[in-house]
Amino acid sequence: MKRGIPIAITFLVGISLVIAFFVPHAPFDSLDRHIPEYFNIIAAFAFVLGGGNLLRVHLTRITRRDHEWAYSIVTVVGFLLMMIAGLIKIGQTETGTGINLKADLADPALFFNWLYDGIFVPCQATMFSLLAFFVASASYRAFRAKTPEATILLVAAFVVLVGRTPVGQWLTGWVPPPFDQYLHIPNLSAWIMSIPNLAGQRTIQIGIALGIISNSLRLILGIERSHLGGD
Amino acid sequence: MRASKQRRPAGVELMLLSLAWILAAATAFAQTPPAPSQTAAADSTAALVPSDTSTSAPPPAPPANVTASDAPSDGGGVVIVRWELSPDDAAAHLVESYRVLRSENGADFKEVGTVLAGKSSFRDSTSDGVSYQYKVVSKGPGGEGESETSGGMASSGQWFNQERWNLLILMLLVCGAILFSIWRATSGKPTYIRRIAGMDAVTEAVGRATEMGKPVLYIAGIQDMDNVQTVAGLTILGSISKLIAQYETHLLMPTSRSLVMSTARETVKEAYLSAGRPDAYREDSIYYVTDEQFGFVAHVDGVMLRRRPAACFYLGAFFAESLILAETGNSIGAIQIAGTAMPTQLPFFVAACDYTLIGEELFAASAYLSRDEKMLGSLKGQDWGKVIAMLFILLGSIVTTFAQGPGDSGAAHQIAAFLHRLWTGAAVGGG
Repeated sequence: MKRGIPIAITFLVGISLVIAFFVPHAPFDSLDRHIPEYFNIIAAFAFVLGGGNLLRVHLTRITRRDHEWAYSIVTVVGFLLMMIAGLIKIGQTETGTGINLKADLADPALFFNWLYDGIFVPCQATMFSLLAFFVASASYRAFRAKTPEATILLVAAFVVLVGRTPVGQWLTGWVPPPFDQYLHIPNLSAWIMSIPNLAGQRTIQIGIALGIISNSLRLILGIERSHLGGD
Repeated sequence: MRASKQRRPAGVELMLLSLAWILAAATAFAQTPPAPSQTAAADSTAALVPSDTSTSAPPPAPPANVTASDAPSDGGGVVIVRWELSPDDAAAHLVESYRVLRSENGADFKEVGTVLAGKSSFRDSTSDGVSYQYKVVSKGPGGEGESETSGGMASSGQWFNQERWNLLILMLLVCGAILFSIWRATSGKPTYIRRIAGMDAVTEAVGRATEMGKPVLYIAGIQDMDNVQTVAGLTILGSISKLIAQYETHLLMPTSRSLVMSTARETVKEAYLSAGRPDAYREDSIYYVTDEQFGFVAHVDGVMLRRRPAACFYLGAFFAESLILAETGNSIGAIQIAGTAMPTQLPFFVAACDYTLIGEELFAASAYLSRDEKMLGSLKGQDWGKVIAMLFILLGSIVTTFAQGPGDSGAAHQIAAFLHRLWTGAAVGGG
């Protein structure tokens, strides 16, 4: 029963949405619009659940003096500060600094936006910036010419990188036609991206599409039960 | 401090004041009515040169052949009105717009919409089952030209979207192949599935974490439950957490969506129950962090560096955070198994992880781990889908080549056009 009900709901919703994709007549015509709305409503409640869980997990760590409890203080303070600043809308008003419940949340005079733009956005940008260093370290490992395949990858990557900078034009701009079609590095780079690379990408995408169909069919028909604890 | 910054020297203030006075004077002058002599001069000029074309331009010719038809492939409530443009539309620029008039009894026509010159159709919202007649009026500076009345038309809903016939055929082919393979698998015939190295390494990874006494980190992507990759990530979690329960290892699963947290908790709880270890299940090991992409990454990176998990699984939808997570995992020496259907993130996972499930393998992993005959049969059906795709690509390449050749008899052209319609859903004649 506990597994039967989720499987039955999945089957009914899944089949209804497939029918709605092909049948524009009522009552199917609005299903594909309404079901995402139901999802959004559930997600809104789940957000409260998530916030509650965040507080519970970190407050438990703090009270138990669990490992990493100091980080939990930062998390809880940050969470409450942003929530309170956003809810009661502290900021510049006509009479000075205070609470302005009628203020637009996008108003830059709000303390909430000061926190968001002054602390949150730079922190986010810092994390994103790490990507540059990680790309360098990952490329170093990936582009080592240990095998013939890795060597091909290295050469292709080099051509594409050089071809997308002015250096490519500078190095091979002198190649006369008709040889420039392939020997001119920017052209060679474009060829690699639009022929072998695109073919590979499409192969992966066709596989993904088939995988999604197969996975969805297993879920709709109740064959896939791993998420319900298996058999 | 702020006041002193805003203070300007007196000279600048004087200059600004003078400028403001000049601007105010200029604006006032511009708004002053012209002097009587100026008005008279303007009037006399108007008598010589026609300034308003409405007095001289002829009314435009009316549009012709007004027809009304029910909108195809819709749920009803729409009639499409079409007409031939007025002959004056483009040639003489005597038409500014077209007014569309509607009547239920053929007499009392009311305007239901206006379109600009050059447009020859209008979608009218109607009540299903009520017959409407239409007239279209070309409107220009010289007047209006009214068309003949169209025939009556009532809108109605259709039961099949004809623009998606191609998708229906492809869906029936692929789903039919999958269902047939599932049926064959249940008949007892053994199903061969190629090895997926990443999934074979799951036992090794969880075993290593057990031996080292360190947790297993599981990230199901950063998308919500409405993303099929997240669903795939959680179905794999069901199989992996059963193994974790059997090995009595600790699972660590931060999530970036609260719905994913709730679903993952249910999935893991059921897996522990199924493995006979409900006592080992810890609800707090699956917890919500934040919806923000890099806030989530910062937390997971911190957890990795402090708790040093021995095995990291990244299975779901990932974006720019994929490499940050995988490289951090690499730096702590964890066994890393990743899988995603985001083609742009696959190279990063391939470069930084020990095993990567590429695209379709993510969706096959749960079936592969379960070794259930029906599930394996569905994977076989997926292979038939690939055969169908390959046949279309091959056939398309051959007929397109022949259709462009000098000796084309027309047959290759027709097949190429049909394949194009099948693939794109284009209307008859497309190609």
